[in-house]
Amino acid sequence: MSTATTSIKPAMKTKKSQGKYGGNVLVYALSLAVVALTLGPVLYGVLGGFRTNAQLAQAPAALPEPWVLSNYTGVLNNPEFWRYALNSTMIAVLTTVIVVVFGIMAAYPLARYQFRLREPIFMVFVLGLLFPATVAIVPLFILISRDLNLGNTWWGVALPQAAFALPMTIVILRPFLIALPQELEEAAQLDGTSRIGFFWRILLPLSGPGMVTVGVLAFVGSWNAYLLPLLLLQGEMRTLPLGVADFSTEHSADTAGVFAFTTLAMIPALIFFLAMQRRIVSGLQGAVKG
Amino acid sequence: MTEGVKVVSATVPARQSTAAEARPRNTAAERGSRSPKRKLRAPADKRKNLEILFFVTPALLLIAMFMLVPIIQAVRFSVYNWKGFGPLVDFVGLQNYVRVLQNEVFTDALVHNLVIIAGSIIIQLPLGLAIALLLNRKMKIQGLLRTIIFVPYVLSEVIAGVVWFQLLQPQYGLIDTVLAKLGIQGPAQGWLGTPDLALWTVLIVLTWKYLGLAVILFLAGLQGVPDELYEAAQIDGASWWQIQRKITIPLLGPTLRTWGFLSMVGSLQLFDMVWILTGGGPANSTTTMATFLVSEGTKRQNFGVASAASVILFIVALILAVSYQQFILKRDTQPDTSRKRKKVRR
Repeated sequence: MSTATTSIKPAMKTKKSQGKYGGNVLVYALSLAVVALTLGPVLYGVLGGFRTNAQLAQAPAALPEPWVLSNYTGVLNNPEFWRYALNSTMIAVLTTVIVVVFGIMAAYPLARYQFRLREPIFMVFVLGLLFPATVAIVPLFILISRDLNLGNTWWGVALPQAAFALPMTIVILRPFLIALPQELEEAAQLDGTSRIGFFWRILLPLSGPGMVTVGVLAFVGSWNAYLLPLLLLQGEMRTLPLGVADFSTEHSADTAGVFAFTTLAMIPALIFFLAMQRRIVSGLQGAVKG
Repeated sequence: MTEGVKVVSATVPARQSTAAEARPRNTAAERGSRSPKRKLRAPADKRKNLEILFFVTPALLLIAMFMLVPIIQAVRFSVYNWKGFGPLVDFVGLQNYVRVLQNEVFTDALVHNLVIIAGSIIIQLPLGLAIALLLNRKMKIQGLLRTIIFVPYVLSEVIAGVVWFQLLQPQYGLIDTVLAKLGIQGPAQGWLGTPDLALWTVLIVLTWKYLGLAVILFLAGLQGVPDELYEAAQIDGASWWQIQRKITIPLLGPTLRTWGFLSMVGSLQLFDMVWILTGGGPANSTTTMATFLVSEGTKRQNFGVASAASVILFIVALILAVSYQQFILKRDTQPDTSRKRKKVRR
């Protein structure tokens, strides 16, 4: 019995120290496999854009030989691509601004005021999490395109997107605002600042990180959105996901062109993600922690 | 400036104090710090209510306009036979619901949604857990690995779908080429073109897309497990496997259960990926409730039927969410463990 435990202990120790100083070969091999499977399809698309259709047909699994730039330059010289990118950007920016401004405004009293309807109002937002845009998509389409006359406009997509992003925003922001110490508010009151003054001068600057988090989530959500733009936007007003989908069906024979178009369309989201990675991850984790 | 405003508003409407006091229960009393201003409490209360109104109204209005109204409209449309033009006159009661529920395409779609919910959790839970445990050690490249594993989640479903559609092309796609080199013949109609395989292929692409989210969330949960527990277990002679099974996974419980909930809700709404990869075909073998209601609504202009389908989708989602809450998440809302975890997190 005692020999068994003594023999296990050193074994555990070496395992742990191995973990600390680089890990064993198996761990690296497994990690490499995971990386290959994760990045493989993305890299294949990027590299496919540097090949010709003939190359792709002859040897689908080969590297570019020679490297061809014409697919990428073709997309970059395509005014439609830039038009889609502009639409995507504008809609995402509008969505983000509405979500962040309205979200922090609503979260402030729900976090720091004492009033009777506080929890019921918060529950309204929590229940909003349960309503995906999909459920209301048909009436939403009719409401926006006929009743509000906002079909095929940036606002027509941004406003409902913001509405559906607000519940999550408020659920993330409220605990963030509650966590700001009460002493700050008391000190501000002693100095004669009103609650609105406290909101502007103290709370807003301090909740920067929280706002960036919800802003990034709203931006990425809007940038990637497909269903609502699909129903509401046509022609010139289409966003990048719509453009990618349509390009791939219209030019289905031009595989290399599709790869180039897709790659260029994913670059903005990837750059944004790499820059804001911490925020996205912490926001999602905050959402799960509830 | 704000000070001046405050004084004015606090002194002028002294008479309104009775009205303001009568309605909202005086919550200001709870704030001990404000007691020196007790005389001004009632007008301050009114001002406070105005402030609350000012802050909360825009968000509530937006939600009422674009969430509440469309949902009520969906319920209303669902009892009419309506093709999208003219007034709502052809009242048909629950006939649209009967039509939807008797439509095999819809009931199959419901089954597909349930298969994808179950499949996502059954595949991603062990795989995500394994990768999270793998990455949860101190490696030099850990940060890089985390970033990489999260990339598919950040791409839009459309982009992921278009790339996978190319990879899965019959014969000439990368996957069939690689398989052919290994001596395996891909299906003649392609992975997405064979009715028996299409749903599973979609499920695999979804796994690729969403596994990163599971890993990232599980890793965050792992960070909340105190090191002392591992050390204590090691001193007691527990093996690595025993430690994971008896300590890590139970303590990860709340994270796993919440992730399961998110995954379920996402699977119920599945639309983008299916629309891109198969459009619901072949032979309706991959339709989901969302693709069903979109094609009924936009392609066939059957707004009544589409609305009935969306009400049913919502009811299914609600039933699943409530039962998940009741049977699985319930443990987490019991104060004792969850509160402790929350403290650790902050």
